Amino acid sequence: MKENILIIGGGIAGLEAAAMLLRLGHSPIIIEKSDRLGGHVASWHKLFPDMTPAKDVVDRLTAEASGANIFLNTEISFVNKLTDSYNIMLSNGISIITKVILVTMGFSLFDAAKKEEYGYGVYDHVVTNRDLEQWFNGKDDPRIDNSAMNAVGFVHCVGSRDEKAKNSQCSKVCCITAVKQAIEVKQKFPDASVYCFYMDLRMFGKKFEDFYISAQRDYGIRFIRGRVSEVSENIEGRVVVKAEDTLSGKPLKVTLDLLVLMAGMVCGDSCTKVAGMIPLPVDSDGFLKSKDNIFDVMESPKEGIFYAGACTGPKTVPETLAEARAAALDIHLYINGLE
Amino acid sequence: MDFGFKISPSSAINLDKIDLTMFEKLHEMEPDVYKCIACGSCSATCPAARYSGMSMRKVILDLQRGREKEVFSMMKNCMLCGKCTMVCPRGINTRHLILSISKLYCETK
Amino acid sequence: MIYQGKQKIWSEYQKEIPDDHWFYVRSCIRQNFFPGAERMFLEICRNVLKKDFYETEHHTTCGGIAYHCDTIPQETVMTIVARQFALMTEAGYENYVASCITSFGNYAEILETWREFPELETKIREMLWKACRREFKKPKYLAHASDLIYKYRNEIASRAKYRLVNRETGEPLKVVEHIGCHYSKMFPSKGVGGAEYPYVLCGMVEAWGGNVVDYPERRHCCGYGFRQYHVKANRGYSLSNTYKKFESMEPYHPDMIITNCPGCPYFMDRWQYVIAESTGKTYGKDGFGIPVFTYEEVAGLVLGYDPWDLGLQLHQVAVEPLLNKIGIEYNPEDKYKGLNKKDILKPGLPAVLKCC
Repeated sequence: MKENILIIGGGIAGLEAAAMLLRLGHSPIIIEKSDRLGGHVASWHKLFPDMTPAKDVVDRLTAEASGANIFLNTEISFVNKLTDSYNIMLSNGISIITKVILVTMGFSLFDAAKKEEYGYGVYDHVVTNRDLEQWFNGKDDPRIDNSAMNAVGFVHCVGSRDEKAKNSQCSKVCCITAVKQAIEVKQKFPDASVYCFYMDLRMFGKKFEDFYISAQRDYGIRFIRGRVSEVSENIEGRVVVKAEDTLSGKPLKVTLDLLVLMAGMVCGDSCTKVAGMIPLPVDSDGFLKSKDNIFDVMESPKEGIFYAGACTGPKTVPETLAEARAAALDIHLYINGLE
Repeated sequence: MDFGFKISPSSAINLDKIDLTMFEKLHEMEPDVYKCIACGSCSATCPAARYSGMSMRKVILDLQRGREKEVFSMMKNCMLCGKCTMVCPRGINTRHLILSISKLYCETK
Repeated sequence: MIYQGKQKIWSEYQKEIPDDHWFYVRSCIRQNFFPGAERMFLEICRNVLKKDFYETEHHTTCGGIAYHCDTIPQETVMTIVARQFALMTEAGYENYVASCITSFGNYAEILETWREFPELETKIREMLWKACRREFKKPKYLAHASDLIYKYRNEIASRAKYRLVNRETGEPLKVVEHIGCHYSKMFPSKGVGGAEYPYVLCGMVEAWGGNVVDYPERRHCCGYGFRQYHVKANRGYSLSNTYKKFESMEPYHPDMIITNCPGCPYFMDRWQYVIAESTGKTYGKDGFGIPVFTYEEVAGLVLGYDPWDLGLQLHQVAVEPLLNKIGIEYNPEDKYKGLNKKDILKPGLPAVLKCC
């Protein structure tokens, strides 16, 4: 008998794991709460470090996973633990009995409005990294005024490395995303001054440092070491930003036409909800807890339940895909062991 | 009227009001000046630093913050030994940069 | 500015404010700075709105200024505060309302400290007993007096004789609101509207017909900062902060400023004179300043009280241009007459800042 494999979450991790499991001869089921596949990446425009169109990535993953049984607009209503398996009741009325679950529910973008001092949702020209990415994708945004773009700022670590925002973790990808988006803004508006306000620049990944050098050398993006403390709006509706220029040891002020908040990653809302149903433990960083953070990152402490992607912590796209493949292989070996 | 106290000048840097024309000219002569990451290795190794306050890191920063006076007083102490160039991780020819700054800013002053 | 965005934040910071039966404590300095304000608060609450507000002559300073000047230890401040709570308990009240922002912050800080370190509360109870044989219950509700006027703002509006509207143009007045730092910066959840976009004064301005001006340095401290002003050598720092605020609000041409702190209105009022004398600059029309009010004074004005009974003649910046704008009736002859029309003497006029 073929084992059911339930993949919860149709983002890139779920799709890649499904594709791999199909190739290994299994028939995975994907459930996705929204009406489309691809998760956060599907609303992104281009991906670092090679400016790959996000759409190409999602299209390819979707095509490769098309053999899976996919339920869109579907959530988990409740979970019953049976002797050696789980009975999962879905919102569409279908129930699935399975011994193997792969959790790929990813992250939620930190709600930037919680950093009240930055005025997201209050000031006319304050947006998030996601808003900007969707604007790059052609979506209209009244906060972004094409005709007057003389100065643009990026605030790193919004809701990351911030104990007050209840997220002391580094979200890992925002530094490089800010550099990428700063370059894209500069390409669109070559005469604009573009500033990045950072605490540290964490350029850990492949070619990230090259990206940073290019932002400085080729695009003249100005990096100011200091966390933005307060944002306000002047009489012309422009954004006034205060920070400390920690390299000068002096307070600094600048007026901008657009401020982009690099909202970080927190454990997905639905992830936390489903984790509560099974139940799965949450680690001290707020993300799902693995069996072991070195050897068994893709395994939960519960038998038959696996993880892939940002549900266990912030990850880049290639890291997520690598985890998805590894988790698929883990599942394959696990199922072979059952027989 | 003298109250015995007065409005203090603000020490804040207002980026809206800083004129970067000269710095942009310098950038044309020395494109690598944009590449500084303010790591401070140049200043740490500078033989003039501990006796005179010369700091290549601060020179590059101060030029972008409109503090040219401070730059000139620091640069007077440079002995052009070239040690800063040897340690720069971004490969900036700081020795050449110092000469270019002197040339550009002193000529126009 | 997206108004709905602010409304969303305001809805998240609503505090429970009981409607009646309050134990009221005055501020050390407000009666000298703005002598009509506290009297007007009690007048409105007791006689206009018929509420029960109790005060006792045994109340003393809360020790806040000394605490913030680093001249007394916190245990001492806590024991002083414990005694005030004992007075409230003895009088049979459980809702405590402070006139002073720093007192309010001081009480909030102490209650929060006791919540986190109950052993400290036990120690203070012992100290109070040893010192004066008193015992106390902690207040059930703690409010700042502006919270109450905020709560009563619509009742006041319904009885108002005037609105914060320019009589000639029919336009709402442009009002700058300034919140004392100790109101909610320490404990955002203890203030109406939170700390970044406090609503307590905005709510009054809106209810009484004005438009709130949100300018870049809105959240900036007035600069009083006890240790800054009280030490003459530091006074320039205090002045510079006020100057920064006025420079920032200048392009909006505000008609008036409303405040809820003892120090802020005083310094925003008096420093306009110092700024004018030292730089020649004035911020109102035709050489006048921008009049600065406490919220009680503004409430008194809209309710139709005589400006001179509100103590507005003690302001440095002349209030007459604003009274004329709203159309408030007043007798210029009576400006420097006290109670019973007694002459209280005219002050000398500044050289630069125009006054009536």
